[in-house]
Amino acid sequence: MFYGVDLCSRLLLGTARYPSPRVLTDAIQASGAEVVTVSLRREAGPERSGQSFWSIIRSLGVKVLPNTAGCHSVKEAVTTAHMAREMFDTPWIKLEVIRDDETLQPDVFGLVEAARVLSEDGFEVFPYTTEDLAVADRLVEAGCRVLMPWGAPIGSARGLNNVYGLKALRAHFPEIPLVVDAGLGVPSHAAAAMELGYDAVLLNTAVAEAGDPVAMAKAFAMAIEAGRMAFEAKPLEPRDMAAPSTPVLGKAALGD
Amino acid sequence: MSSRAKVTVVGAGVAGLTTALELSERGVTVEVIERGSSVGAGCSRMAGGMLAPWCERAAADEAVMRLGAPSIAWWLRHYPGTVRNGSLVVAPPRDTAELARFAERTENYEWRDADGIAALEPDLAGRFRRALFFPREAHLEPRRALPGLAEALAKRGIAIRFGVDKTEGDFTIDCRGLAARDVLPDLRGVRGEMVVVRSREVSLSRPVRLLHPRIPLYIVPRGEGVFMVGATAIESEAKGGVTVRSAVELLNAAYALHPAFGEAEILELGADLRPAFPDNLPAVRRGPNGLLVNGLYRHGFLLAPAMARQAAEILERSHADLRQRRSA
Repeated sequence: MFYGVDLCSRLLLGTARYPSPRVLTDAIQASGAEVVTVSLRREAGPERSGQSFWSIIRSLGVKVLPNTAGCHSVKEAVTTAHMAREMFDTPWIKLEVIRDDETLQPDVFGLVEAARVLSEDGFEVFPYTTEDLAVADRLVEAGCRVLMPWGAPIGSARGLNNVYGLKALRAHFPEIPLVVDAGLGVPSHAAAAMELGYDAVLLNTAVAEAGDPVAMAKAFAMAIEAGRMAFEAKPLEPRDMAAPSTPVLGKAALGD
Repeated sequence: MSSRAKVTVVGAGVAGLTTALELSERGVTVEVIERGSSVGAGCSRMAGGMLAPWCERAAADEAVMRLGAPSIAWWLRHYPGTVRNGSLVVAPPRDTAELARFAERTENYEWRDADGIAALEPDLAGRFRRALFFPREAHLEPRRALPGLAEALAKRGIAIRFGVDKTEGDFTIDCRGLAARDVLPDLRGVRGEMVVVRSREVSLSRPVRLLHPRIPLYIVPRGEGVFMVGATAIESEAKGGVTVRSAVELLNAAYALHPAFGEAEILELGADLRPAFPDNLPAVRRGPNGLLVNGLYRHGFLLAPAMARQAAEILERSHADLRQRRSA
């Protein structure tokens, strides 16, 4: 599904802001997620100082998708990606280039440039982007074979802000794996993304900061499975007119 | 147990000193050894010193609240500098939704409006519209509280031997914090950073927490215009100084609480590692020569009394078993 790697689970989980590493590992296990993202910028310096935390994550046997969260420039993102490749021995990189800390909105110009630099260097880039079609096109042109548009700003729990835009993206890139990344709050948001035909969903805050992260991880996993199944089952398109499920013509008139 | 049996507490941080005091009060003969040259020289001196079990509950396990609530009385009894003025939780107008979210996850609070906030903290008048007040919470200054415990121990005839890290004692209680990683492989360090500032313009009577979706922070008054602003929690074991980014976040929080902090003087920037187990909860474990008390994470002062009690109870039980076996 992603750069030639087939996965069973369509849920990717972030590893930040859980109450404890124990809750984090329980949540990952409950969700069945096979890919987790980890942030390199803050949690580990070049001296590999976050080793204890990493060894907990490695012990889970899941695939690690390092990210460049907290990077504001192409240079920072590229440096962080190289550090990640060395630390985790993976060509995968979730590329985030943020314009400012208030909105955490992707800086799409820097994103495209960093994606090009990294793709040329053999990285397999998962860009965190907006649902903008032109940007998506540029990212694919730069070598990305996965796109990760936001549902809403990071951590906002708002769900899918622009369903039309996400639908259009799906329609324009039928062959590229699409992952809704960021902004989801409840499992129905994830189900909605899957019903649009998205390939997967990436979550962090919605699970990590829930009252019971383990139960919420499971709830999201179920919703994602339901949403995918619904998509594959070809749902009805909404229509303006009522469509009775039983014929009315010739129905016996009762109560006269 | 026999009062002649001697227990050696290793480490004079908050875990070691509370454990030594608890044991001594139960009639156990105790000594304390410390490899450093003063009490609380490790990460205890970086602590916020908030005794805030209900505020902590908003983001921590229920056990933190359950174990932490009785420790307020313990500190009031053992360290007279403990201040019980409650704590206040505020949010900038844009982030007031965070207050409801916080309230939903905890208990023992009262909602305060702008006037209610001004009544508690006159310097915050007009700055926030709503707040949560936790009247039963307390705070202390770790750098005075630990010498206070050392004094209480001295009164009981218990000296702390500094510059000593080996003991021939037959029973030890290992309270070395992160230094005990040699015997606790699942212990990890979680980096925390703090700033100490002095302001002549702002005065606060209690810890104030500022909620923010990304960087929730607190300010604890230390008296005489000194404030501690804390604290980051980063899954890193890097020991270096405070990063610029963390300093900016911490100082921004102070500024957001009151712009007069913009004129405050920075007295100290500090970083250290908190010892934590994978569930971020403390534990008393059995070791080769006795017990280990560790993993107090962000809750050293809040949970140390409960851990000391647990250690003392385990010790009493095992000695009672021993006596029973001997007499049988």
